[in-house]
Amino acid sequence: MDNSNIIQIENMWKQFPMGGGKFTALENINLTFGKGEFAGLVGPSGSGKTTLLNIIGSLDVPTKGSTIILDKSISDLTHKEAAQLRNHHLGFIFQTYNLLPVYTVFENVEYPLLLLDYTSDERHKAVLDALEWVGLSDKEKSRPAQLSGGESQRVAIARAMVKRPEIVLADEPTANLDAENSHHILQMMEKLNKELETTFIFATHDEKVIKYIRRKISLLDGKIEKDEHLEMGDRRPETGDGRPETGGRA
Amino acid sequence: MGAGLRTWLNVLVLSFSFVIIIWHRGILDGWNHQAEVDTINWEIGGGIYWHEKYDPYDPFTLTDSHGPVPYQLKKEINAGNLEPILISQATIYPDGHMQTVLLKGIDPEQMILALPTAPLDTMINEIPAVIGTRMAKSIKLKTGDYMTVRWRDVNGVFDAADIRIVGVFKTNVPSVDNGQIWLPLDRLQKMMQMPDEATIIVAAKEVSEPILTSSWEFKDHDFLLSDLTEMIRSKSIGGSIMYIILLLLAMLAIFDTQVLSIFRRQREIGTHMALGMTRGQVIRLFTVEGAMHGILAALIAAIYGIPFLYWQSVAGLSMPAGTDDMGMAVAEKILPVYSVGLVISTTLIVLIVVTIVSFLPTRRIAKMNPTEAIKGKVI
Repeated sequence: MDNSNIIQIENMWKQFPMGGGKFTALENINLTFGKGEFAGLVGPSGSGKTTLLNIIGSLDVPTKGSTIILDKSISDLTHKEAAQLRNHHLGFIFQTYNLLPVYTVFENVEYPLLLLDYTSDERHKAVLDALEWVGLSDKEKSRPAQLSGGESQRVAIARAMVKRPEIVLADEPTANLDAENSHHILQMMEKLNKELETTFIFATHDEKVIKYIRRKISLLDGKIEKDEHLEMGDRRPETGDGRPETGGRA
Repeated sequence: MGAGLRTWLNVLVLSFSFVIIIWHRGILDGWNHQAEVDTINWEIGGGIYWHEKYDPYDPFTLTDSHGPVPYQLKKEINAGNLEPILISQATIYPDGHMQTVLLKGIDPEQMILALPTAPLDTMINEIPAVIGTRMAKSIKLKTGDYMTVRWRDVNGVFDAADIRIVGVFKTNVPSVDNGQIWLPLDRLQKMMQMPDEATIIVAAKEVSEPILTSSWEFKDHDFLLSDLTEMIRSKSIGGSIMYIILLLLAMLAIFDTQVLSIFRRQREIGTHMALGMTRGQVIRLFTVEGAMHGILAALIAAIYGIPFLYWQSVAGLSMPAGTDDMGMAVAEKILPVYSVGLVISTTLIVLIVVTIVSFLPTRRIAKMNPTEAIKGKVI
């Protein structure tokens, strides 16, 4: 295995039982991701991008083939080991934000650190830093119901980033946001990617996201159709729908 | 806790269960305690010396179960620490009917039993007698009324005389009331030709070392209260059914809340797992949350339950008229007794049951696929 790769997937298949037979969601996937990548799994609904993201996130296991995340084989992990991998090294951002409704913004962001047994002072500082990254320092006492969609997703980003994971997995992070909020969120993630060298992997079919990613992995019917590294010119649109052309870029 | 309406409703139901279980057990304990105290005060004192042939369940033994008061006990009797009672069978003729009764002779000046025997200390032509309200009701007589009594003395000779009711007493202890007429001891001894004789001798205080005498056996509280204890035990089994019903009600409320909670919060469960919680940790989280219902219910129950239970312990529970005719000694008011053990055991049992019931539905979490849970598609 190439030591610079933090994710290495070889000949990986994922099948689900369906009726009397099997449905193949992913077919012979071969991929590697290095540290600090800003990549997108792109494809229409049902192409297998969320399934692939879930396997990378150790929320699911492949049917066959090998998936190594940070030197750990996903297929060989117990439930507890998989939870520890997610706890220590992975951050998740969901389309529907998935904030815990009874907690405040501060408590939502603090939550992953509680699972990591940080001290109270360490947690406090880390949460304030994370809220500052996403520009929500003034909302720490608010509850999710009091936030807009854009603000909720920023809290989710802060929660994913607060423990400074190696990998952040974002499943359709802009699907419920308008154009302006989408660009704002993407700029923020791009900035964090560069400043903290966190690997970001998106599952998306949103054109707005595709404009930002530096690597585009196109999936169709569970197979990798194309894996391309994008140049700046490929990524930036001439018009921005409210997005500042270079704003927020580090 | 989400502190939704459902949560509060369940906490309220559970808190009602707490208070009602403690109140119900308190009433039963109070009733039992009162029955025991009344039986001691009215009938058995600190224990009883029985004549060796005396058997309260066999009236035929009464002919022979009497004897002179042993000299070893005389000193204690004179000191007021023992009270001899003579028991004999007789027939009364109230209102032209015939009825078999027990005549019980007791010193009118006795202070050992709560029986109001002072009215017997009177100089009238008839034989003075006091009876209980149940007996008065049964023979339809009241204070000042007369009736004829016929008896057979120690020599087998029948005799008869008029009895005048000089007092009617109310007691919670039917065994000193039903079918019994209390007379002055010396009058009954004369009637029966049994001078200085008795059937039983009641002690004032509990006797740890009974005086050994031939022909007399000492019966302590354990023996004399065994019937009552057995009755209390049977009653407790009945009371436990109420306890179980209340507990089941509370369990149902918690179980229902947990099942619904897990159903509605699948996405949250998936999020917990995605953030790095193990399934065991999520199960613990939901179990503790369910158990918190129990702790919250205990606190709320304390807020309104303590004043209510205190008021009940002072005001008591009024029993409907005629309840004591059903056979068990029942006071007009039952004062609940709440022991520390009762409160602690009830609280612990409810909390343990709530925790177990909270845990059972959470086992479903262990079967959840986190990817489906995150989307809220599991169940």
